[in-house]
Amino acid sequence: MSALRPGAGLEASRVSFARGSRLVVDGVDITVPRGAVGALLGPNGAGKSTLLHLVAGVEAADVAALTLDGDDLVSLRRRERARRIALVEQDVQAPTGLRADHVVGLGRIPHQSAWGGDTSRDREIVARSMLAAGAAEFAERRYDELSGGERQRVNLARALAQEPELLLLDEPTNHLDIRAQLATLGLLRRLADDGLSVLAALHDLSLAASYADHVVVLANGAVVAAGPPAAVLTPELIRTVWGVEAHVLRHPSTGRPLIAFAERADGHAAAASTDGADAAATSVIAGPGGPEGFAP
Amino acid sequence: MTVQASRSTDAAGAASRRPARAARRGGPARAIGAGLALIGLLAASVVLAVTIGPAGLAPADVLASIAAHLGLGEATLSPLRDGIVWELRMPRVLTAAAVGAGLAICGVVMQALTRNPLADPYLLGLSSGASVGAVVVLVLGLAVALPVAAFAGALAALAATLGLARAAGGLSPTTTVLAGLAVSAVFGAITSLVIFWSATNDSYREILNWLLGSLSGADWAAVVLAGGALLLVGVPLLTTGRTLDAFAFGDTAASALGVHVPRTRALLLVATALLTGALVAVSGAIGFVGLILPHAVRLVVGSRHRALLPLSALAGAVFLIWVDTGARTLFDPRELPVGILTALVGGPVFAALMLRARRTP
Repeated sequence: MSALRPGAGLEASRVSFARGSRLVVDGVDITVPRGAVGALLGPNGAGKSTLLHLVAGVEAADVAALTLDGDDLVSLRRRERARRIALVEQDVQAPTGLRADHVVGLGRIPHQSAWGGDTSRDREIVARSMLAAGAAEFAERRYDELSGGERQRVNLARALAQEPELLLLDEPTNHLDIRAQLATLGLLRRLADDGLSVLAALHDLSLAASYADHVVVLANGAVVAAGPPAAVLTPELIRTVWGVEAHVLRHPSTGRPLIAFAERADGHAAAASTDGADAAATSVIAGPGGPEGFAP
Repeated sequence: MTVQASRSTDAAGAASRRPARAARRGGPARAIGAGLALIGLLAASVVLAVTIGPAGLAPADVLASIAAHLGLGEATLSPLRDGIVWELRMPRVLTAAAVGAGLAICGVVMQALTRNPLADPYLLGLSSGASVGAVVVLVLGLAVALPVAAFAGALAALAATLGLARAAGGLSPTTTVLAGLAVSAVFGAITSLVIFWSATNDSYREILNWLLGSLSGADWAAVVLAGGALLLVGVPLLTTGRTLDAFAFGDTAASALGVHVPRTRALLLVATALLTGALVAVSGAIGFVGLILPHAVRLVVGSRHRALLPLSALAGAVFLIWVDTGARTLFDPRELPVGILTALVGGPVFAALMLRARRTP
């Protein structure tokens, strides 16, 4: 285990990646200090998933300087990288017939040789990871028969079994009920407090604001804003990036930003532009004021 | 690592509560037990299957003959009976074992890499491609090139199937199997045409043997070819269990677990083509072995490949020994192409898998 030192955690700079002629990730700089939760925000197609894949090494960036605890990730061997970075994808297709604890055991693959069984250490880490992720009670059930929230806990346990220093998650609260969403984010918060670095792509701005130490907002593959949630998540930024009108309130108990979307009298959310995807590019064209502007 | 170190005491508690159920499906104890049982069953099957046939032989006769040929004892059988054991039936049984084991391994590897429960060397067209390669060199009188040609045919068929499936919208089970069907049809027709054009006498039987598979011509040369391929390609494939496990959640997950996905997939698929080629060169296109056995073994020991691969290989060997014994004795003195019997079992298995895949989209 490398000692905590200045610059510990993930430092990514000038990350770029083109798919065909389209620049999907465009010179992104991002830092996740050790023990911090970073939230990656942005509309669909902003490049969040791709950026996570590039950091995980699933796809190779065209240009990038990536270091984890000061070690160059680009030159790191694939297996070595998998021992230090774990990725939880969104919407994975469930394999049939695999038991939950065997799914978690997959996380040990980067640590194991091709031949030979699981060591007692492997089994201990699998059990410990399932316990940490709250998945221990369904260890022997089939993964494809679990609920969405239970599966997500197993996915997290699998990632923890890799014993990573950096945990990447692509919309980990997708399709979960609110209780499971809070449980997932609360777990990430606790893991970070124990020293893991976490970078998660999220859609829910209020949830991101309450659990993340800092947020990075992407639009069209580039960083639009980055910093503590309270400094970044302003009505102006939300209008610019997502093209919707929002009030930023203060959470009554945590004091964190709480985003309330303005609603028109006819029940439709007030879009600042008819096309949300274009809104980021044409950021100045905001709608005609707030909800009042549309009042009949 | 420090992440969950503080929770290790809880984990130890959980671990101590669990071993009581460790022997359930997927537990290592169960896999090892199944492996030992199958090894015993395989040894017994080899000896027993050799005794079965028109000339009555006892297991003791077979053991005596084996011992004599291995230099472990005096020859006690008459030369005629010893010839039946050692020159006719033993090579055939051993070839059946090697082909069954190899096809089952190919099935497991292809199912894992394509994430398709219906993948099998026969259904994806590899066997038909290998048959074309084999038949062409036999017609040209180039028997020395047999394994190479069969390999080339299997590889061409695999490339055609995967290319066609990808062009038709991706490697889903449905498109892959349909592409395999198209490729099999064309390669099967080419095999038939080549034989029909070249053969002088019993071309129909010959065509049937290649298209449906038959072990009737198995001699020691066949044992060497199929057994050699099994040792050189099949056994190394048995060590890829963890890599195949990594594909359970797809390519991205495998890559995030440290697997070099394109290279690994290409290497392992070429290996299955190589193995299929060698097996088809001695037996023709025997279908469904790579489908039936892996799924049967999964029901007993679960989906983890470190157990699934060797157990499927052993089960495949036992299975094909007995199915082939049926093929040569059921309609004695006439022989069935063994592929008729494997299809009789494999068709319903295929149907059952199809229905199950429909229930879990």
